[in-house]
Amino acid sequence: MNTKVNIAGIELKNPVMTASGTFGSGMEYAEFADLNRLGAVVTKGVANVPWEGNPTPRVTEVYGGMLNAIGLQNPGVDVFMERDLPFLRKYDTRVIVNVCGHTVEEYTETVEKLNSTDVDLYEINLSCPNVKQGALAFGQDPKVLEETTRAIKSAAKKPVIIKLSPNVTSIADMARAAEAGGADCISLINTLIGMKIDINKRKFVLANKTGGFSGPAVKPVAVRMVYDAAHAVKIPVIGMGGISNAEDALEFILAGATAVSVGTANFHDPGTTIKVIEGIEAYMARYGVEDINELVGAVSA
Amino acid sequence: MKRKENAQITEQTELAPGIWSLKLRTDMASEAVPGQFIGIYPKDGSRLLMRPISICDADPETGVLRVVYRAGGAGTKEISSYKSGEDIDILGVLGNGYDTEAVKGRKVILLGGGIGIPPMLYGCRVLKKHGIECEAVLGYADSNMFLKDDFEAVCGTHIATMDGSFGTKGTVIDALNEQGVKGDVIFACGPMPMLRAIKSYAADKGLEAYISLEERMACGVGACLGCVTKTVNTDHHTHVKNSRICVEGPVFKAEDVEI
Repeated sequence: MNTKVNIAGIELKNPVMTASGTFGSGMEYAEFADLNRLGAVVTKGVANVPWEGNPTPRVTEVYGGMLNAIGLQNPGVDVFMERDLPFLRKYDTRVIVNVCGHTVEEYTETVEKLNSTDVDLYEINLSCPNVKQGALAFGQDPKVLEETTRAIKSAAKKPVIIKLSPNVTSIADMARAAEAGGADCISLINTLIGMKIDINKRKFVLANKTGGFSGPAVKPVAVRMVYDAAHAVKIPVIGMGGISNAEDALEFILAGATAVSVGTANFHDPGTTIKVIEGIEAYMARYGVEDINELVGAVSA
Repeated sequence: MKRKENAQITEQTELAPGIWSLKLRTDMASEAVPGQFIGIYPKDGSRLLMRPISICDADPETGVLRVVYRAGGAGTKEISSYKSGEDIDILGVLGNGYDTEAVKGRKVILLGGGIGIPPMLYGCRVLKKHGIECEAVLGYADSNMFLKDDFEAVCGTHIATMDGSFGTKGTVIDALNEQGVKGDVIFACGPMPMLRAIKSYAADKGLEAYISLEERMACGVGACLGCVTKTVNTDHHTHVKNSRICVEGPVFKAEDVEI
């Protein structure tokens, strides 16, 4: 049975990775899940300098999921390279660094620093809903997305994954824009923009007013968007959004995702990634699937 | 080592309106230190996140860990519906806890307000076990008091009620002053206005104070950066001026945090 998949020339032992922001730099969950078993660890967003993030409350639960407005707090790329990357490199897994920024220059500065490391891939966050300047602004206009992708791609010496926002009218247009800009791969969905109001206090629950909605409740939207995006481009797609088990992951793969990420479910069960890997293998055995790649986009009417 | 496990409920009782005592059989009972917490997961699939609840007591010999919590929201109300003999998923042991070794030779005043009272009980018990002198001051809204007898069995206990129906009328600080409680170090847990008052009280009196902070949490293990507190200095892990309450906290030296 083959569970290996290939993203822009980088082979992953299986298609299961972590979703950025839900797994720290791997260190926090290494006690719970054997990182050696993961296809890849996708780190929390890293910027050129440390970011303080948003005021609290930053998170709240909602029906079937949660809202977050962390604001991409991170210790900066220098600390990441000194502390987090050597930790991750002790494990036999691919390392995908999620890169965030307010300006094109901030993205490229981080990418240029990381070029000298043995990081496997970059995932460029052009879709964070919680940062006022940059991020989402790059991810909602196809022209800007294409140009930003091109600029980052020309600075990058590793394959580039562009992470797309679902908060757009046509996800297919955004997928095509990323591909036209030279992206090696796209990942989606980032969180949907949500809001929760405390009716007793008549106040917003989150200090940021709005937050990114994630968790099992978003899955049908995410599967549809992955399907639309995968059918719009030739580059591989990494699917995510509400994956809690192998059945969820398989829906994304059948919709056209070459790999999948487990996000919010890590908070519910830190061992989710491992269960997803085992569940995919069990599914393949049950249906006599020799190669996972046979399942990619294999949905039919 | 932190882990998620399934624990059996050995007792679930309502101590006061909406205040529940839950006892669980788990090896975490022999690992927990005062001030640490566990995450308790609702079973309803619409509620994903663990509820962080501080440890009220732990007995390594019987392997029973006790939490006392307020069933305020839908998740904790659901948790309160589970009975003895049923099981529930927990994540733990989480957070740093109070450093009960560092206060040897000094007298500790434990200040608990409302649902911040429970962790002080385990604090008292461990301090006494180490031969450290301590007294507790507990602040309630009214005479619906809980855990009072448990405290009185372990250490000197003073009471404040906001409505004046028992003990000193007012806050734990009013009780400290009125009842003349003296000590060298403060351990405190309670609502933010109380912790702010304690921080300035401790600064005025030149006392060392350790306060336990609360914030909305998602992962509980330091990954998501959802629960942070502003800090005076740059945090060693985050490299910015905030610390993760679930890992570097929930207990902080009062002078180190901006609250």
